[in-house]
Amino acid sequence: MTITTEAEVVEAIRSAQAPLSLRGGNTRGMAGPGADLSLAGLRGISLYEPGALTLVAQAGTPVSEIETTLAAEGQRLAFEPMDHRALMGCSGTPTIGGIFAANVSGPRRLAVGAARDFLLGVRFVDGQGNVIKNGGRVMKNVTGYDLVKLMAGSRGTLGAVTEVSLKVLPTPETNATLVLSGLDDAAAIAAMALAMRSPFEVTGAAHDPAQGRSFLRLEGFETSVSYRTGRLKDLLAATGAELEVLDAEPSATLWRDLRDVAAFHGAAGDVWRVHCRPTEAPALAAKAGAEAHLYDWAGGLIWLRMAPGTDLRARLGRYDGHATLLRAESAAQALLPRQEPEAPGVARLTAGLRAKFDPRGIFNAEALALTP
Amino acid sequence: MQMPTPDSGIIARKARVVARLRAALPRNAVIDDEHETRAYECDALTAYKCPPLAVTLPASTQEVSTVLRICHEEGVPVVPRGSGTSLAGGALPTADSVVLGVARMAEVLKVDYDNRLIRVQTGRTNLSVTGAVEEDGFFYAPDPSSQLACAIAGNIAMNSGGAHCLKYGVTTNNLLGVTMVMMDGDVVEIGGGYMDAGGLDLLGLVCGSEGQLGVVTEATLRILPKPEGARPVLMGFDDNAVAGACVSDIIKAGVLPVAIEFMDRPCIEATEAFAHAGYPMCEALLIVEVEGSDAEIDHQLALITEIARRHNPVELRESTSAEESAAIWLGRKSAFGAMGQINDYMCLDGTIPVNELPMVLRRIGEMSDSYGLKVGNVFHAGDGNMHPLILFDANKPGDLEKCEAFGADILRLCVEAGGCLTGEHGVGIEKRDLMHVQYAPADLEAQLAVKDVFDPAWLLNPAKVFPLDVTEGRRGSGASVAA
Repeated sequence: MTITTEAEVVEAIRSAQAPLSLRGGNTRGMAGPGADLSLAGLRGISLYEPGALTLVAQAGTPVSEIETTLAAEGQRLAFEPMDHRALMGCSGTPTIGGIFAANVSGPRRLAVGAARDFLLGVRFVDGQGNVIKNGGRVMKNVTGYDLVKLMAGSRGTLGAVTEVSLKVLPTPETNATLVLSGLDDAAAIAAMALAMRSPFEVTGAAHDPAQGRSFLRLEGFETSVSYRTGRLKDLLAATGAELEVLDAEPSATLWRDLRDVAAFHGAAGDVWRVHCRPTEAPALAAKAGAEAHLYDWAGGLIWLRMAPGTDLRARLGRYDGHATLLRAESAAQALLPRQEPEAPGVARLTAGLRAKFDPRGIFNAEALALTP
Repeated sequence: MQMPTPDSGIIARKARVVARLRAALPRNAVIDDEHETRAYECDALTAYKCPPLAVTLPASTQEVSTVLRICHEEGVPVVPRGSGTSLAGGALPTADSVVLGVARMAEVLKVDYDNRLIRVQTGRTNLSVTGAVEEDGFFYAPDPSSQLACAIAGNIAMNSGGAHCLKYGVTTNNLLGVTMVMMDGDVVEIGGGYMDAGGLDLLGLVCGSEGQLGVVTEATLRILPKPEGARPVLMGFDDNAVAGACVSDIIKAGVLPVAIEFMDRPCIEATEAFAHAGYPMCEALLIVEVEGSDAEIDHQLALITEIARRHNPVELRESTSAEESAAIWLGRKSAFGAMGQINDYMCLDGTIPVNELPMVLRRIGEMSDSYGLKVGNVFHAGDGNMHPLILFDANKPGDLEKCEAFGADILRLCVEAGGCLTGEHGVGIEKRDLMHVQYAPADLEAQLAVKDVFDPAWLLNPAKVFPLDVTEGRRGSGASVAA
C-alpha cells in the first residue's frame, strides 16, 4: 500500500509489530533493516510565501519540485543540499524530508549554515503513533524546546517526519570562482582561511589535491562580485598561487560537481566524511592515507575515498570532530558503525531520547551508532 | 502569574543545604543572608519577585558541578542565572530554590581566527565577546538589545536574537559547542570547534532550553569578519500595509539587508518627543540597513530606494555620512526608553508571518481601544518578530492585570496569524500559561519527555516554560526522593 497521508503513517506505525525502515527517496544511505515505510507518497507544497522567504511542504515532496518552484521566484535552498545519487550509485527520487532527516548541506554551509539552520518547523509521528508538531513557519521562534533541531539529522530514529517548513533565500544575480593553482594541502587550507577571514563574503571554499587547485566562490550582484573578486585576488597574491577567475556558468558547474563529490563518482572504495576544525584538516588527511581526498568548507569537511574496510577512525585517533562512513562495501558496513560512536555522557542522552520517542525501538535501528 | 507553592521541607533544611554548599565551595561563593539574596529576587521582568533560599556563584565548571551535585542529592531546585536580563522571568527564583549565577566565569579561553571561533566562559557578556575580537576585525553576530549586560549563558538558554538576524541568524546558528553540567553534576561536551553533529543535534536542543536541561559553562562561538561598512536608509509611509508590501518587495527583489526595522505611529510619536530624531510623522517608518563596500552599499540602496519610490513614501532619507546614519538609528534605539518616559510598559515578543503585518497591527489597534491601554509597535520586519510595547501604570490597581490580559490577547493573535508566542525573549514564566495556545498536549508531552531525559528529577528551573498544571506530576519528584 502506498502511504499518502499522515493518518496512514500513524496507522502504519501503530500497527507495526516489527522494526520499520523509514525512507523517502532512499538515496542517502539512511535506510536500515526492517520493513520499508516509505514517506515518498506524502507530496505537495502547501504554502509558499516568497516575500516572507518561507515554504511548507509534505516530507515526500521531491527536492526537484521544490527547487523548480523556488527558481520561478528567483529563490533557492541556500544550504545547497547535495544530490547523493551518483556517489551512492542509486537512482531514487530525493525528497525534502530526506534532506532534513540527514541534515544534508553542501559547500555553502560554510557561509549560510546547514540544512538544520533553515528548518523552521516539523510535524512528525513518534514511535507510538503520536503526531507531534514543533516550531512553525516564522524565522524567529523560541517557543518551547527546539525539537526541530533534534529532528534534523536524526536519520529517522526518533520519528517519521511528515511535513517540513523551511526558510528559503533569494538566488543572487551572479557568481564567480577564483581558482588558485599550485598549492599543497597545507598552503591551500591557509589560503582558504585567509579568504574566510576577509570581509568579502566567500560562499564556497574547497580544495582538490589531485588537481592541486583551490576554489573560492563569490555570489551577489554583478558589480559586487567583480569588486570582491578583485580584492580577493590582491589579498591572495602573496600565496604565490597562480590565479584565474571562472565566470558564472563554469563556476556554477564546478560547484555542482564539488557539491556532489563528482571526483569520486564511479570509483570503488569506501567513502567517508570527516568534520573537523579546518586548520587540523591537512594533518588528519595525512594520517588517513586515503586513495583520494577533497576538502570542502575551507577544510572543515574532508571527503575521503578509502580501501574497503579500512577503519579510518582508528587511523585518525583523537581530534575535535567526527567521521561518518557514508558509502561502504557490505563487509565494512558490518564491522564499522556509520556514525562516530559518541562519548558516554552524550551516548546516554541519545539513548534516553530514543527510548522516549521510540520506546518500542522500531525505527531505523542501525542508522545511528549507539555506545560501541 | 502563579508560581508553585515552595516546598516547606526544603526551606526547613536550608541550614544543612547551605552548610554543604559552603563546605564544598570557596569563601564568598555562597550567599544566604536575606538582605543579600534579595539582589537576586528577580530579573528584568520586575513585576515578579521572590528571594531564593540561597545564591551560589561558582567560578569554574568543577564548582558548578559541585553545586548541582549537592542540590541534586538534597532535592533542591536550581535556578540558573546569567546576568538577570530576561524579560520573561527566566531567572525568577522560588523560595525553595538555589540560584546558580555564572557571573564569575567570564574569561575568554581561546581565540582562533583561522577557524573563526572563540571559546568563552558563559558568564561573559555578549558585547564583550565582540570586544575580545573587534580590534582584529571580527565580531560575534547575535546582538540582543541588552547586549551590554546579558551573558552568553542566558543567550544560549533563550536562543537570543537581535536586530541583525535576517542575515546572521540567532544564537543557535552561531553556536558550535558547549561544555554543559547536568543536574547530577556530570559534565558533558556537546559539539566542538567543527560544524554539525555526528549524531543527534543535542546542541540545537540545548540552545533555547531556558536553563532546564543543564548549565552551560563554556561555549565555542562562531565569529565573523566585520563587513567593510554599513549604511541605513529611512522611509516613511502613510499606511502600514504599504510599508509591509515594500518590505516584501525588497526581499523578493533579491536584496538581503542586515536589518529591516519597523515603527508604527504611536512609537514614532513617543520617540520624537523623547529623542528628537527628526522622524517624519507618519503611519509607518522603516529603517533598512545594508552592508558592504561603499560602492556595494550604493548599489543596494539604489535598488531599495527604487522599490520604495514605487510605494509612494512620504519620506525617503538615505544616509551619506556616519552622523546621518547615527541620526537615523537614534530614534529606533531610543524607542523603548521613549515609551518608558510615558509610562510603565510591558514589552511583548511574538512573531508573525511578515505578510500578516497589516492585519495584526489593525487588530492590535482595535484591542488597544477596547482595553483602554496605549500600545506602540517596534518590529523586526525582515523576520516577523514584533515587539508591541503596552503602556500601563504600575501604581494603578488592576492596570498590570489588564496589561497582561491585553498582552496575552496579542500573543494569541500572533499564533492565530501563523506565528508564535515568542521570537527571541523566551517563554519563562511570562508566556508559560499560553503554551496551550500554540501547542497541543502531545506537542508539549514530547518536550517534557526531553526534560525527563536530561533532568529526570525536574530540579532545573522547573516552574518555567510549561503550564504548571502540565508539569505538576513531574515537579517536586526530586524533592520527595531526597526527603
